[in-house]
Amino acid sequence: MSTEVAPEVAKTRRFKFNWVDSFLWFVRVAAIIAITIGVVGSFQNFAAGEGPSAVAWRDLIISSISTGSMYGLIALGYSMVYGVLGFINFAHGEVFMSGTMVGLISATILFRSGFWDSNPFISIFVVLIVAMITSTLVAIVIERVAYRPLRGAPRLIPLITSIGVSFFVQYTFAGLFGVALRNYPPAPPQLAQTISIFGLPISGTRALVIAVAIISMIGLWYFVTKTKTGSAMRAVAEDKEIAGLMGIDVDKTIVTTFAVGGAMAGVAGLMWALLFRGVDFLTGFLPGIKAFTAAVLGGIGNLPGAMLGGVILGLFEGVGPLLVLGGLGIPGVSQLKDAVAFAALVLVLIFRPTGLLGERLGSEDRV
Amino acid sequence: MRPDRYSRKWGVVAGIVVAFIGAIGMLDSFNNRMMISPILSLGYIALFLPIAVFGYLAARGEVNILEEPRRNVAEGAAKGGTAGFIAGLVAVAFMVVTNPYNLNEFFPNINSAMYEIMTFALGLGIGSVVLIAALAGVGALGGALYGVGDQMRGGILRAVGWILGMALFELVISDIIDVREIVRLIYARGGGLQVWSALVIGGLAWWLSVRYKGKSAQFSEMAKTSEAGSRLRYSLIGLGILLLVFLPMLVGGIVNELLINVALFILMGLGLNIVVGLAGLLDLGYVAFFAVGAYGMAVLTSPLSPTLAPMLNWWVALPIVMILATIAGILVGTPVIRMRGDYLAIVTLGFGEIVRILLLSDWLTPFFGGAQGITRIPGVVTGPVSISGTSPELFIYMTMIFVAIAAYISYRAQNSRVGRAWAAMREDEDVAEAIGISTVQAKLLAFVLGAVIASFAGALFSAKVGTVFTNSFDVLVSIIILVVVIVGGMGSIRGVAFGALMLIGVLGGPKSQGLLTEFSEFKLLIYGGILVYMMLRRPEGLLPSVRRSRELHAEEAEQDAWLDRTGEFVAEDAEEATT
Amino acid sequence: MPLLDIQGLQKQFGGVKALDGIDFHIDEGEIVSVIGPNGAGKTSFFNVISGMFSPDSGTIVFDGDHVAGHLPNEITKRGIARTFQNVRLFPNLTVLENVMVGQHCRTKQGLFGTIFQTKAEKAEEEMIETISKEILSFFGTRLSGYRHDQPAFVLSYANRRRLEIARAMATMPKLLLLDEPTAGMNPKETIELTQLIGKLRSERGITVVLIEHDMKVVRDVSDRVVVLDHGVKIAEGDYEAVSTNEDVIEAYLGRPTGDTDD
Repeated sequence: MSTEVAPEVAKTRRFKFNWVDSFLWFVRVAAIIAITIGVVGSFQNFAAGEGPSAVAWRDLIISSISTGSMYGLIALGYSMVYGVLGFINFAHGEVFMSGTMVGLISATILFRSGFWDSNPFISIFVVLIVAMITSTLVAIVIERVAYRPLRGAPRLIPLITSIGVSFFVQYTFAGLFGVALRNYPPAPPQLAQTISIFGLPISGTRALVIAVAIISMIGLWYFVTKTKTGSAMRAVAEDKEIAGLMGIDVDKTIVTTFAVGGAMAGVAGLMWALLFRGVDFLTGFLPGIKAFTAAVLGGIGNLPGAMLGGVILGLFEGVGPLLVLGGLGIPGVSQLKDAVAFAALVLVLIFRPTGLLGERLGSEDRV
Repeated sequence: MRPDRYSRKWGVVAGIVVAFIGAIGMLDSFNNRMMISPILSLGYIALFLPIAVFGYLAARGEVNILEEPRRNVAEGAAKGGTAGFIAGLVAVAFMVVTNPYNLNEFFPNINSAMYEIMTFALGLGIGSVVLIAALAGVGALGGALYGVGDQMRGGILRAVGWILGMALFELVISDIIDVREIVRLIYARGGGLQVWSALVIGGLAWWLSVRYKGKSAQFSEMAKTSEAGSRLRYSLIGLGILLLVFLPMLVGGIVNELLINVALFILMGLGLNIVVGLAGLLDLGYVAFFAVGAYGMAVLTSPLSPTLAPMLNWWVALPIVMILATIAGILVGTPVIRMRGDYLAIVTLGFGEIVRILLLSDWLTPFFGGAQGITRIPGVVTGPVSISGTSPELFIYMTMIFVAIAAYISYRAQNSRVGRAWAAMREDEDVAEAIGISTVQAKLLAFVLGAVIASFAGALFSAKVGTVFTNSFDVLVSIIILVVVIVGGMGSIRGVAFGALMLIGVLGGPKSQGLLTEFSEFKLLIYGGILVYMMLRRPEGLLPSVRRSRELHAEEAEQDAWLDRTGEFVAEDAEEATT
Repeated sequence: MPLLDIQGLQKQFGGVKALDGIDFHIDEGEIVSVIGPNGAGKTSFFNVISGMFSPDSGTIVFDGDHVAGHLPNEITKRGIARTFQNVRLFPNLTVLENVMVGQHCRTKQGLFGTIFQTKAEKAEEEMIETISKEILSFFGTRLSGYRHDQPAFVLSYANRRRLEIARAMATMPKLLLLDEPTAGMNPKETIELTQLIGKLRSERGITVVLIEHDMKVVRDVSDRVVVLDHGVKIAEGDYEAVSTNEDVIEAYLGRPTGDTDD
């Protein structure tokens, strides 16, 4: 038995110079300088009347928040699985994609029959249910087939497996649905109109997206903290073995975790449908990685953190390129949106891997 | 009489698999290639092979390692047949349910072609019955295979394997033989084996396997251990190398193109093998180093490179590219040194994507050509001779030289002081550090070496294709290389070569076609499936290094450790007692 | 001047003070045992000395140099090696390879020599192998001969402990920290190891600090004993003095109830 108390990861080497730390400091400083110059540059532009107008900025911020809340919902799935099983479920992006692609079928049918325009809210609700059910089913099947046999394997093996699953699902959908990009029907007019919230004009769809995110988050919070299943999930996340000894059905709880993560991804699928409309089999890849970034940003294993991380990431990638890179005078800034998101991923993992709100890992995974 | 549990289970699974294969369009695509002309197309093999496999599994039933399996042909056939029957029912149900609706719009591959194949062009009514019967029959055959004696089974599998192999490798073989009359003897016009040549090949394989069954096991045992055996091994390796040297001259342009792709992937696989297999660092952004090599060479040698166009000779530019790769390796490696494995994987993925996006961006177009890339990259110019993609027979030799260099470096590194340090770091990083190994240096060394090897591949790629654009450098490539390394066997040079040959050569690389062009649409699906299967069943790969195999099956190996090779109990305690 | 001189060492983990102002010294050629009840901070002590964690404050002077807070591999290079409480070998490397890895910090051939197969590299590899086999022979026939090529995980428990010591010896240390080297061994093995520890000093000139719970070993092998409890040194001296020290007895056995507190 170790006489040691749970050791912290002591990485502060105060006494000796070393290359790695100096390099990292250099990167930190360079990043801060670059960002500051960029932001200042943008303010200067704004004051001089160049660049995007105040209205444009405001709209950008709002749309970033709505996209960010979508990322947050997907991030929940990553966070929960990491908290419980200790690995990155690379295939979660595909879980999201499956929901939105199958939802498309129902949306198209509703649209063709005219129901879409006549009963927008019911239609959207139907699509939501279809997306949620699909995503949940896909998540459960993946867990049963690919991950359950690997319970207890070293952490990298399930990660690699999840990469394989991700490919498999992507190209299954490519095979089933074809590779062409398809569009959801345009948002019904009642929804697309601009409404005013707290004096801010905001499009109906965006408002709906944010509202749905908030409701889902509340629902999830209630589920995780107040219900028995939710407590079981938290117990299993904390320590699988002990939870099992306390009489919790660990397998079933893990399935539930995947299912809930899948359901949230399904909701996010609906949001994608409303915000971006176009889906194909590759739709899950980028949002998946961005959502993982969001999860780590907020603190992996930490559910409010995932949501917060999502919104912050949305702002980073939405406002960041224009604010920072535009201020630095870099052309073609909108292409670099994804690069900014990836840069956020890299910077967070290097400099603050525990995230903003702190990570919550199970006892087996704590370093 | 109720069909037994396994027949039911595997039958349903098989049925779903059949429906799946049909729904994604595999049947239709594959149907275009004849395996045995004119009776058996690849499409029908795709239909029947899974059924045979599941029939076998149904006959096997429960896996019990302690008991000797009961082999009974009739029983096996019955179980397999039942599974096949059930599969047929599922498949027919699928057809019946989907047929009335015009699903074509949402599911483009659930179309008339699919139905036609599944019903043997006999229409839904009769075709369904025939399908069920056919699947039941195939299932029975699969099950019977389980029930049959070992020798017979070996013979049948060898025969089937050889037939399939000869059919799949038609292009290569006909290219080598090159004499039309002989080729016509074996293969039919329009593709596929002739019926009689299939029978001959199958029969020959069966006979050879049955005749020399016991002998081959003895033979390989002898080859591994004795003096004469090791001389034999070396001469076989020498023969193999000789074969490799002459092969490009025997085959035509198409196959050489293919070989170049395979060789480039072997090269990159060897590089990634050092990072992942030897040092234990999961790098998902490896393609970035490939890009450094390719774009580096492009900028340095092409007259059309925007801004900087020194127009150096390939050989002169190569050391510069190596330096660039070294710098890249250090830039990527330093920040990730303290990270845990899965985060390291994602960060490197992020780096890879950032590099790609930057290369594509408008911002850096003045240097890298943006979406248009850089064109008119000259080939490898050595004096008067210019080797490029236009002469694949020569280019393959260029590539082979570098593959040999990389293989040599890997081989030497593994058993050296550096290799031991990597192995120690891979096993237990904290303890390795405590033993006096600078993990910082060891990791950076691995990254840099991997980067330099990838840059070789990039430089060659540039010269071969003559144009680079970012299309060839996305994350897919990194992952395919990873699959090659994993499936072939992490940490093992043979494994990487084998993996590249089987995957890239047969199925095709991420942007190129393999031997079997029909697989193109589905290759990534298959890659994903293979990766998952390997991780579940055989994570050490197909031809792993001995060490790796030990690592991943440590538990089993530990239990075996009490018994030495000949099965005798090793009495450690007894030894302790006597001293 | 002592080989190792530690002043005021402090280390806190979260809310727990593992080391609370420890002074310690050891002269070259001594064998000192560190004892104390569970949770006293003994392994943390080793962890800080060997560089796995940096102390919050305090100094560690080894052979004239300040080494507190340095990286573990640097400290090993300077000449401090250690073993672990729960034997941490490289299970899939062979016995010989485990020891050869220990030679890493004393050798320098890199990729260049390896790729170009220079004479220097070949000579060094031979030397590493020879030295490693010699070190393994220190343990008699237990880890020699056919054992060299066996993967480490097949070894019996006692042999694993010996191998770990061999690996530490391969780093050519001046100071060796042994963390509970006889834990889990039967009496015969324990006696053998005790003699081995003595030979480390007499035959190889290595200074040894060991953490031990087995008092017979402590008594037989140590020149001096240091007692830790709750991160603090509560007694120091030879075995006789320490084993009869009241504070020490209280730390291990507790105080009988009914007595007044101070």
